[in-house]
This record gives sequence, C-alpha cells and structure tokens, in this order.
Amino acid sequence: MPSTEALAPPNTPAAGKVSRTVLDNGLTVLTKEIHHAPVATFWVFYRVGSRNEGPGITGISHWTEHMMFKGTPTFPNRVLDRAISRVGGQWNAFTSSDFTAYYETLPAGEIDLGLQIECDRMVNSLFDPDEVSSERTVIISERQGAENNPMFLLSEEVHAAAFRIHPYRHTVIGDMVDLERISRDDLHAHYRRYYNPNNAIAVAVGDFDSDAMLARIVELFAPLKPGPDPRPVHRVEPEQRGERQVTVEGDGETSYLALAYHAPNATDLDFLPLSVLAASLVGASGPGGGGTNKSSRLYKALVETELAAAVGGGIGPMIDPPLFTMSATLRAGGDLAELETALDAELERLLTSAPVTEEELIKAIKRAKAAFAFGSESVTSQGSWLGLSEITAGSHVWFQNYLANLQKVTTEDVARVAANCLDRRRRTIGRYVPSTSEPMNRGNGTKSALMHESA
Amino acid sequence: MTDSNRTTRPSIPGPHDIVRHTLDNGATILVRENHASPSIVIDGLLRAGAADTAPEKAGLASFAAAGLLRGAGKRTFSRIFEDMESIGASLSFSAGQHTTEFSGQCLSEDLDLLLDILRDALLAPTFPAEQLEKLRGQFITGLQIRANDTRSVARLEFFKLAYPSDHPYSRSADGTVETVSAITRQDIVSFHRQHYGAGGMIISVVGDVDPAAVVRKLDARLGATPVLQQPSSELPSLLPLTGMQQRFVPLPGKTQSDIVLGIPGPIRAADDFLHARLANTILGVFGLMGRLGASVRDDQGLAYYAYSELTGGLGPGPWRFSAGVNPANVSQAALSMRDEIRRLQEEPVPAEELADNKSYLVGSLPLHLETNSGVSDTLVNIELYRLGLDYLQRYPEMMMQITADQVQAAALKYLNADTYAMAVAGPPGGE
Repeated sequence: MPSTEALAPPNTPAAGKVSRTVLDNGLTVLTKEIHHAPVATFWVFYRVGSRNEGPGITGISHWTEHMMFKGTPTFPNRVLDRAISRVGGQWNAFTSSDFTAYYETLPAGEIDLGLQIECDRMVNSLFDPDEVSSERTVIISERQGAENNPMFLLSEEVHAAAFRIHPYRHTVIGDMVDLERISRDDLHAHYRRYYNPNNAIAVAVGDFDSDAMLARIVELFAPLKPGPDPRPVHRVEPEQRGERQVTVEGDGETSYLALAYHAPNATDLDFLPLSVLAASLVGASGPGGGGTNKSSRLYKALVETELAAAVGGGIGPMIDPPLFTMSATLRAGGDLAELETALDAELERLLTSAPVTEEELIKAIKRAKAAFAFGSESVTSQGSWLGLSEITAGSHVWFQNYLANLQKVTTEDVARVAANCLDRRRRTIGRYVPSTSEPMNRGNGTKSALMHESA
Repeated sequence: MTDSNRTTRPSIPGPHDIVRHTLDNGATILVRENHASPSIVIDGLLRAGAADTAPEKAGLASFAAAGLLRGAGKRTFSRIFEDMESIGASLSFSAGQHTTEFSGQCLSEDLDLLLDILRDALLAPTFPAEQLEKLRGQFITGLQIRANDTRSVARLEFFKLAYPSDHPYSRSADGTVETVSAITRQDIVSFHRQHYGAGGMIISVVGDVDPAAVVRKLDARLGATPVLQQPSSELPSLLPLTGMQQRFVPLPGKTQSDIVLGIPGPIRAADDFLHARLANTILGVFGLMGRLGASVRDDQGLAYYAYSELTGGLGPGPWRFSAGVNPANVSQAALSMRDEIRRLQEEPVPAEELADNKSYLVGSLPLHLETNSGVSDTLVNIELYRLGLDYLQRYPEMMMQITADQVQAAALKYLNADTYAMAVAGPPGGE
C-alpha cells in the first residue's frame, strides 16, 4: 500500500487524527476515528459536477447521481434503500458545481454496508433505460419545483450574466431543453468517464478502528481498475469589463435584489479574508458559518432601517473563482431603487470610511470556533467537510487548518480583499420584480443554486 | 468495528444519566452531560400558543415569540444579537398551536451569557414599539411570500379543509396580513403576561455541562417565573369529515403543483400512537419515502417528492400526505396516494416489510441521538408527553411487539380512503 500521512488534530476536543492514503488505483482515502457516539459515516466524492458540463448536457451530473440509486446487479433497485433503512441508517447524495458526493451514515457496527454499496456502484450501476425514462420526469419535476421559487429564477439569471465562459454559468439542475433530450447513453458515458477510483475520494469518519477501516477499504476498492484521467476544465472566465444587470419578472408581490461579485477560489490566499468580509456584511458562511446575521452590516443598514425584510448571502470554497453574493428581500410596500441605493452606500462606506474592524475580525474567528465545535458533534458533517475540502482546495488540510489560518487574517488583509473584490465594474446586479401584467411563458434559463440535495 | 479506545461514547439516554429537576414554580429542568465537544444545546417550551389566541388576532403567539428578542432586560435588540453573534451563539423562539418553543446553542464557555438572555427574554421582554413595527413589516413580507409559495398555500388550504372553522387548527399559527396588521403592542404585552408562566415549562440542557451547576444557574434565573393560572386551551370537539373536501388554488406563473391530502390524526398520548407511527413509516417514510415514494416517485416518475407525515402532538394534528408534481399529473398522484391508504387498510403488511420498518424505527435511534440537539429535542418530548425517563430503553421492545393487525387497525381507525381533505396549489388549469 502506498504512503499514509498522518496530520495533527485541529483544535476541537472531539476531533481525531485524519489519515490520508492514496491507493495504487488512484483512490484517495481519508479516515478519521472518533468515538463520541456509536455511529460512523462513509462518503465517496467524485470530481465531477455541473462545472464539467457544457451546452447540451447541462444537468447530466445531477441526473447521473439520481441513477446511482437505481441499482446494480448485486444490489437491485430498492434493495439498497431497504438495506440501509433496515439498520436505521441514512443515505443521500449531493451534486454541486464542483463535485458529486454520496454518503451512508450508520450505526457503527453496520458501516461495512456503506463501503460495499459505494464500491459496487462506483462501477456496476445499471442505467436501465426504463429507469432513465421514469427519472426524467422526476428530474423535470425537481426543476419545476425550483422554478416556483423566485430566488432560484433570479440566481439562475445572475449566474448566467456574471459568467460568460465558465460553466458556473448554468445551474446544477440543468436547462430544461437539455433535461428533455439527454439520453440513456449520454448518462452512461458520463458515468463511465468520471466514476473511477482515480477520480474519487473516500472518507470514513466515526466509531471504528482506523487500521481495520483502512484495511477493509483497501480490500474492497483496491481491485477496481483506474480509468483515463477526465478532461480538465479550461474555461477560465475572462475579467468582467463593466457592471451587468439582469431583471426577472415573475409572480407574487415581493421584490428581491441580488449583488454578485467575482470572488477568490478556495486555494486563493484571499479566500479567508473574504470570508471575514462576508461575515461582517451578511453573516458567517462556509465552514465557520451558521447562526443568525442580525448584527451584520447589511442587516443594520437595510433591515433595521425597514428597507428590507431580510438579507442573506455568503461565500463557500470552490475549485474555480465563484461569486460572492449578497441578497435582500424588499420589505412589503418598499422601493427597490431606494434599497439598492442604501446597499451601495453601505458598501461604499466599508470601502472608504468604515473598513472591517479588529472587533469584527475577532467575532468572525470566535463564530468559526463555535461552528467547528458544533460541527464536531456530527460524523456526517465532518465527513462532508473533509471531502469537500479535498475536492475544492486540493487537500483536507484546508479544513483541518481552517481555524488556525483564519486567526492569521488581519484587518489589512480584509481591506485589501474588499477593495479588490467589491469593484462595481466587476459585479452583476439582479432584480426580481413582480409582473404588472399577465404571467409570461417561461423561457429556459441557466444557472443557480450551487447545491442540490437529492433523494 | 472494535470496542477498544472508546472514551466518551455515551449510551442511550435514560434514568441513569438524565438529571431531572423541578423548580418550586413547577418548571422542569432536564440535563444530560456530553463532553465530547465544548458545546451546549438548550431547548425548551412553555404553554402558550396560537390556540390560546382569538381568531381575529391570529399570529399573536408567533408575534409575541418573535418579539421576545427585540429588547429584553437591559439589552436592546441590537445588543442582544451583537452579544450572541459575537460568541457564535444562537437563540430563537417560535410559537405553535399549544406551545412557545425555544432553541439555543453556544460554546460551553459562554453558557452564562446565553442563560441571561434566555431569562430576560422569557421574564423581562420590553417589546419596544418601534421594534414591533419592524417585526410587523417583516411578518407581512413573509406572509406575502407565503401566499406565492405553492407548498405553503397547499398546506394552509389543507388545514382549512380538514378542520372546522371554529377549530384553531383551521387557522395558520402565523396569521394573515389582516390579522397581523390588527395586533397591537398591548395585545402582545397582555399575551405575555397571561400565558408565559412556569406551569408546564420545560428546559433541556445537553452537552459540556455540570448538571448540578446548570440546575443552580436555571433556578437562579427562572425560579422567579410566575406560577400562572394559565388558561388551558380547550379544543372544540372534532367530528369526522363528512365527504371529500377538495380545493384547488390557482397560482399564475407557477410550473409545479403541490398536493396535501389527509385527515386529523391521533394525539401523541393515544394508546395506539406507536401503531399509527409504524403505519405512517410504512406508508411514506421508510427509505426513500415508503410506499408513496416507491409508487409515486420511483415507479411512476410523477414527483420529485412524495411522503407522509404524522404530527401526533398535544392535540389532533394532521396525518397528511404531500407530493410535488407536474400539473398534468395531479389526479394520478392523488389517486395513487388514495390507493396506498386503501392498501394499508385492506391488506395486512407483509411480515418482512413490517420487520424492516420496525427495525428502522428502532435502529435509527443512535443516529438521532448522536448530536446534542438530537438528545435535547428527545428529552423535551419525553417530558412533554410524560413518556418516562426510561422511554428510550422501553421503546425498542414496545415497537417490536406491534403486530400487522395493530398497524392495520390504526390505518382503519384514523385514515379513510374515501373521505379526506385535499388541497392543491399550482398553475391555473392544474386541478
């Protein structure tokens, strides 16, 4: 077996040591043994998401994820589901822009079932044509459910406007025209191209013995043959030259505003300063996030002043430079232009007279410390962050060192990153306004929510 | 995989490790230690809910609950959230039909601050007029968003159909634009004074704590909560639905229709509640949403989601079935739901399926009890429904003894495949 590196545990008492091993077939394996509860989780992350899609096959990664629940010769459809549920387990999967992830969280003594299922469906999923056909309507129904939400429609248009080249421009769920046409063979080819041990990361966290767990993972997964390395994504987004604006008209009585700025990716040194900036503006997000945002700058400037009913937004770790978005829900009876002016004034204030303070920095660090303590209560949460970190930042160390590195951020860093990022020439403004006339026929839009929960 | 090297692994909570203490004013405190992480969860409730308010003031209990943190003790709204967010703590209040619930989380080093804010919110809210107006605007915006959300609209219409108009469950606990506009500061102050008492109050604290110290801290802070003659909310009696109750609400511009179908269900204290829970699990929970998921989603590809939900609270909350479907498939999905109800009533559940579902309900306990919030939530329910501190120890056996006949009997007693309420919200023409 190839080399295993062990890393120092982070600053949370419930956290154990993470071991990273790369098998000969290229599968990366992370294990973390912790015994706070008699449970364990097993994840497999694939380096494929909507980022790897182009026009004609948008949504194919997410649909492939759905097909992975439809059975293999060993575990036919519903046998998997029954086997997991019978022992009181949970399983699910997520498709994001950057990855597709599957997990089983089980009573500790049953975790082997998760390993067996993931090993089997990495190569043996059936993609039965009848199942593909019935899943097409499920996927279309999922998209139609999302379309009922004004914020989905707005976010989809904002991403399509902000990204002209990069595939972050389209949604994870995909465009309706593609969902109507993607074939069984398209799906199967996508599966064969990306579902290989050399394109995957296995993560086990919980109440087990690390050596025994690793040995069992090797026993099951080492015999799998590697595939050719998937084509890298080269669609680098050129610098935006000038502010872009989109308006979505739709039903309801409520208006929404979204601001999107191009932001650093997970490995960029500016990512952590930006996450502090985001915490000051709209509340904490990413691995140090959670909780309310009522002491944030935009809440005070927009909600306390009764221009908005709510504000939101944030930034998460991504492979390629994503958008830092801020959004506001116009208060009933309010004026969207006035809200926009106030939001701009607040951002201007941050860039000129009132930069992020030492106090705000300390607050962001303390919130992250709390978020890590809360997250350490759940093996599922830890498995998810370790894998996500490996995918988006190239190493789980990114997550393990998150708190330590956050503590090195200075207010000067935050001011510099704010000046770089919050440039009006490189932003997109989105407005959702209630239609004044009859509902329009919906076109087929493009991008939005970064994470789709399945199943 | 191995039993070596286990240091902090807790067992299933029970009388051996739950500290239960009743304050002189009647409030009950439950504490369970878990030192795996330096964090603490606090959950609790008191007996004040939407059912205690007049129909023309619907939303009052929710308004009051949300108002508790708009100013309390010496802290202003801004101070409260600055203090809490600065330490990564959270605390929130919400009202249901019979209770006002709270839920909070913090690092163990910050427990005192969170308890101080909890005390001030419960005992000394200031309800500043200008803050209540801000809150009112947010509520009304929320109600407008709700009126444009197919899932929410279908759910609201379902409650109107399933319960008679004089029953509080027929009304939304959050009220309407009209009722929320009519609520005054005095209404909120009076509601707080009349209903926020210690009788029936439950507080659960789980995590990195010393139970004796927590009891002392809570006694010092909440021991002064008044013992009120809290008016018990008598619910009007419920007669079975007479005939099908159906309504379609058109929402122009939508692409999907949402369906909610069901009937008033058993209360949590019903003798056969666990039989009904097992029946519900079979119908629309197990795996990817039970028989409903298998039929409506997996076999027919009609919906992204289809599931069932049994409320079982202090009153006869609904037993309902929900699905989101293409407008053209509403009838087919509704018929499939009805067919699954009928099948559960007419055919005994096969032995293997019954065993699988019991095994799921028992086997999922370790997962549910992994986090402090999972344990805390369970402790509040154990106290609220007087299940006994050994409930989790007894639960597996109680569940395993349930027979196919008992499941069928519960389905026959509570469900009806011909008479139910069904609400659909979606694009015009999608009924």
